[in-house]
Amino acid sequence: MKYLLAIYGDEKAQENIPPDQQEEFMAGWFKFDEELRSSVNVLAGDGLQPTGTATTVRFKDGGTVTSDGPFAETKEQLGGYYLIDVDNLDDAIKAAGMMPNLPFGGSVEVRPVQVFEQ
Amino acid sequence: MSNTSAVTERVFREEYGRVFATLVRVFGDFDVAEEAIQDAFLVAIDRWPDSGVPPNPAAWITTTAKRKAIDGYRRERVRAEKYAVLAGASSNGHQEIDILEDSSLQDDRLRLIFTCCHPALAIEAQLALTLRTLGGLNTREIARAFLVAEATMAQRLVRAKRKIRVAGIPYRVPPDDLLPERLAAVLAVIYLIFNEGYSASEGDDLIRHDLCAEAIRLGRVLIALMPDEPESRGLLALMLLHDSRRDARISSSGEPMLLEDQDRLLWDRSQIDEGLRQLTFAERRRRPGQYQIQAAIAGEHAQSGTPDQTDWPRIAMLYGLLTKLNPSPVVELNRAVAVAMAMGPEYGLEIIDSIRDELDPYRWMHSTRAELLRKLGRYDEAREAFLHALELAENAAERSLLNKRLHEMEGTSRGAR
Repeated sequence: MKYLLAIYGDEKAQENIPPDQQEEFMAGWFKFDEELRSSVNVLAGDGLQPTGTATTVRFKDGGTVTSDGPFAETKEQLGGYYLIDVDNLDDAIKAAGMMPNLPFGGSVEVRPVQVFEQ
Repeated sequence: MSNTSAVTERVFREEYGRVFATLVRVFGDFDVAEEAIQDAFLVAIDRWPDSGVPPNPAAWITTTAKRKAIDGYRRERVRAEKYAVLAGASSNGHQEIDILEDSSLQDDRLRLIFTCCHPALAIEAQLALTLRTLGGLNTREIARAFLVAEATMAQRLVRAKRKIRVAGIPYRVPPDDLLPERLAAVLAVIYLIFNEGYSASEGDDLIRHDLCAEAIRLGRVLIALMPDEPESRGLLALMLLHDSRRDARISSSGEPMLLEDQDRLLWDRSQIDEGLRQLTFAERRRRPGQYQIQAAIAGEHAQSGTPDQTDWPRIAMLYGLLTKLNPSPVVELNRAVAVAMAMGPEYGLEIIDSIRDELDPYRWMHSTRAELLRKLGRYDEAREAFLHALELAENAAERSLLNKRLHEMEGTSRGAR
């Protein structure tokens, strides 16, 4: 089954991590990425630029409206994702549980990918 | 005739979980299994009065249900093929179903328990699914037991079954690395079902007592399936020991009775014996846990002929162990009571004062404090604490009990002055 692991965290708190710890934090991600790809089938995975760089597109009065900022202002922001293919939810939860942002108060939302029967 | 229908009903209640668990494994779908089992029981209700009850009713139901489900699949396949022809596409059909594979029946129920109590499901959904699939209670019964509308409960069950299917919650006994965490979740669900029935302050009491009986039955199933888990046995012991007091807990006028005021002759002796036996069995494994310790505490009370004979120092020690394992201000409050009984009210009061702020919204903290202050002759403070507890009381029965204690004290304190 395919699952999207949506990685959430508090951007502001992450920006405030001192540089030396920042490096350590990133090293944690690289190590995790390597481990994950060697243990499960990773279809895609990326980190995202902060929500300050986000642009939202909506439809209004018959035309598209483009505006600055994320879809919604929330306490935690989407910061990255993995798309994995594993046997069941437990395997997806296990992969999510290894994410290095969790000890820093982040969270991972595990969502099954919708399958359309042909 | 009515004898047959009584047998059918008994088979339904007793065998539902077993049959359902097997059908879920075979068909991989809760809804298909549920429909098949209903169909099979309809056939039983129709045929058994004439043909008599088969020698192994559960096996008969399982076989009939499988046949019904396969008929359903065939009909669907025919429909799908017709549709495919119309659509000009080729049909994949359904996977062949191995209906001969019927081994490890016990594992099926264990798989089912772990699936229903998966932490990815909301706790209310876990409770409802467990009662529905393993207990064979219908939606209306579960809704009444949890005091929600039937439509709400039906919705809850539909959503939970959908999540199991769509999110890929596995139908299996968890691997060793997940087992301790998942077993704890299963035990918690069974204990919540029990407490839902045991601490019923409103609703239909009869149905609520059914929940206690159902939780005990589930506890027994779990032990039959995993006999080496001491905490499962500890939980069963705990439930049996608590439930043994059910007839003494409510006075003839419907008021809740404190442990010390209960008529101990009303306690169910054989259930106490069984609870103590299960506890001894669990303790032999030398892997203590919160349920075993709570059962040991309940066991101490159960073995005391009168309140005065209670071994309070041992109970205080057991609560101390429980606090270390599972720190919580409510456990600490219970320890305070035991310490007060063992060493004197002033020592209990000292513990309560250390958790007073944390437990300020908790009515039993105020009533317990009131009792200890009364014993120390500090009547003004006791009155204030009683009044505080009264403000927080949740129902008429609690208020009437608190008022009674307050009036008793006013009598004594006037006498003392």
